[in-house]
Amino acid sequence: MWEKKPILLIVLATCAILVGTIVTVVLPFAWVNTEADRIEGVTPYTALQQEGRDVYIREGCNNCHSQTVRPLVSDVLRYGEYSKSGEFVYDRPFLWGSKRTGPDLARLGGKYPDAWHYKHMDSPRSMVPKTNMPDYKWLRDYPLDPQMIQRKMETLGFPYTAEEIKALKGKNDMDAIVAYMQKLGSDIPWREATETAIVGELVNPYTDTDQATISSWGSIFMENCAACHGARMEGEIGPELIGEDYDDEILFELIYSGITDGGMPSFSSLGTDKVWKLTNFIRNYKAGGDQ
Amino acid sequence: MEKQNYNYAIVRSFVVWSMIWGLVAVLVGVIVSFQMVEPGLNFPPYLTFGRLRPIHTNAGIYGWAVGVIFATFLYIVQRLCKTPLWSDKLAKFQLYFFNATIIASAVTLLLGYTTSKEYHEMEWPIDVMIIILWVVFGLNIIMTILKRKDEQMYISLWYMMAAIIGVAILFVVNSAAMPVSLFKSYSAYAGTNDANVEWWFGHNAVAMALTAPPLAMFYYFLPKSTGVPIYSHRLSIIAFWSLIFMYLWTGAHHLLWTPIPDWIQTLAMGFSVMLIAPSWGSVFNGYLSMNGQWHQMRENYLVKFLILGITFYGLQTLQGPMQAIRTFSAFIHYTDWVPAHIHMGTMGWVSMICFASIYFMVPRIWNREIYSIPLANLQFWLILVGQLIWSISLWVAGVLQAGMWNAMNSDGSLTYTFMETMVEMYPYWWARAFGGIIYLFGLVVFIYNLYMTVKKGEPTAVTTATAEGRV
Repeated sequence: MWEKKPILLIVLATCAILVGTIVTVVLPFAWVNTEADRIEGVTPYTALQQEGRDVYIREGCNNCHSQTVRPLVSDVLRYGEYSKSGEFVYDRPFLWGSKRTGPDLARLGGKYPDAWHYKHMDSPRSMVPKTNMPDYKWLRDYPLDPQMIQRKMETLGFPYTAEEIKALKGKNDMDAIVAYMQKLGSDIPWREATETAIVGELVNPYTDTDQATISSWGSIFMENCAACHGARMEGEIGPELIGEDYDDEILFELIYSGITDGGMPSFSSLGTDKVWKLTNFIRNYKAGGDQ
Repeated sequence: MEKQNYNYAIVRSFVVWSMIWGLVAVLVGVIVSFQMVEPGLNFPPYLTFGRLRPIHTNAGIYGWAVGVIFATFLYIVQRLCKTPLWSDKLAKFQLYFFNATIIASAVTLLLGYTTSKEYHEMEWPIDVMIIILWVVFGLNIIMTILKRKDEQMYISLWYMMAAIIGVAILFVVNSAAMPVSLFKSYSAYAGTNDANVEWWFGHNAVAMALTAPPLAMFYYFLPKSTGVPIYSHRLSIIAFWSLIFMYLWTGAHHLLWTPIPDWIQTLAMGFSVMLIAPSWGSVFNGYLSMNGQWHQMRENYLVKFLILGITFYGLQTLQGPMQAIRTFSAFIHYTDWVPAHIHMGTMGWVSMICFASIYFMVPRIWNREIYSIPLANLQFWLILVGQLIWSISLWVAGVLQAGMWNAMNSDGSLTYTFMETMVEMYPYWWARAFGGIIYLFGLVVFIYNLYMTVKKGEPTAVTTATAEGRV
């Protein structure tokens, strides 16, 4: 009978469509982003960070980068603590993404110093030779519009001060996006909480390895360290490594765990073997072994 | 039977414009596929991957697919209802407004005005345009159905009405935003809620724009092309109602393992698997309609497009539910497997049915025989091979990268850095770009064939006033 009555068909079809919609999309508003989701320490974006977020949106960064770490062992090891609903309450729109052509960025904040980001955005291939990320140096040519940003903050209902808006003058899109990236995922103190504690005695497994083999591990250094410490360890974003005189065990621990406050990321994701190889390569290099 | 004064002029215009936007979509797709392997091909600020990729997807969905939906629905509704359009003026307005909307979308996306919500990137003024466009279109179709000559409504009309209502609900809800200026707005929903609404929209746009309408076309053009009716009316009823009921529960399968509440994820997973039934209901209805007619696969190029199209629909609706299962999603999500899946649906299923529909309509709306059947066959093989290279290379790439992401050393650390997994993708990305070029070439053959049909085709022998609708 509905096959002969178009209005009836439309009403019935609408009802069929609305059942699943109400259960899975409308009702969840009662449970999601409520007080129960709140996490102490999660704060709204500052004017500069919010503008950086809008640059991220404008340039379609979400087409290649996701922003959710899943509670899966490979995700947590690679990116950090898994994402929680309460961390996203100020995100309009959400930027979780659907594809990881590049790595996930949900826990990027605080991983690298600002200088790393500026250099990387200017020319990604100068730091990561085989990446396909486009250059974004040109973001430096676009000055911020403080008035517009103030309007955005008002629309979002985020707190801001007059000085904060005034301070935007003279800054550009690059400053904004770097500020945003430093905020990502850093509202909860996960980095401190997940710092690896090395238990037991550390023993360098490569004390008897010959010079040629150790030199061949330079490729690990080039891929992971050279971008900040220079191809010849002369230092740039990070300090010069020649002349440092740490014990093997201490150097291993520095690389493995990173220096949370000093801008040196943890390289535990490389695994102990590669970190030992790096340790030996660096120690050996400064001992006069110019390749 | 009395000769009706059907409005074919409007169908002709939509056929032409949908093909133009389809060409743009594929062309931009090929360009961004080369940007993936050669970052030097990004020309900031306008021609970067981040800005062009939404133009590719939106030109494909709103320009090509919706363009063909407009053309075929306006054609089918007149034929099945045996009555001219309710309003020719409204249809004319729809045509101009459609092109204005698509052009405005492309220009604003190039300028970086985007909401970032996938398949819904256009900013709020264009959302308003799209809503007006859809209301004008939907009203015309529904009013035409109301004044139909046959009381009984054929299957295609059910799918058309469901699609009109479904897209309207989805689009309006997901458009809700707080404008800052003409070109910038913030979503009305925040964080996890925003994600849930967006993927309810995203996945059901696939249901209501890229599944129901091609099914409406399939159910109409398959019997028309073969000359034999659909195998089972009862099966089509069951498939229709269960499809439009179940689809809406599944959006969160795009968000497995994210902070979305677990019970929503589980419902999405369960309903996704159940969706195999109505999807394959239509696939089997198509296959069984070919009983005794399989020889037409060799003799009738239209049937070849339609049956291969429904076959890709069948494969798509098996692979989709598989990806919607938590364990498999944990492995494969965020890799290149996913675009390979999407492109089997768009390049295989949706576009195959669109090509067949246009090939069927053109002789009837221009009164010209198709210029060259061999060229149509050549096009068939080009798009089939192009799409298979595209999808298969990225399925392999996806499994490879997922395996490398998950590989672990004996001390419990990860075996590969992210970059070590990414550089392995380059050969597959090259293969994908190559597949895209073959597909593009197939599309050019299609457009050339139709251009020559209109310019030089023999006057048609097909009578346009056969008893439509009694299939």
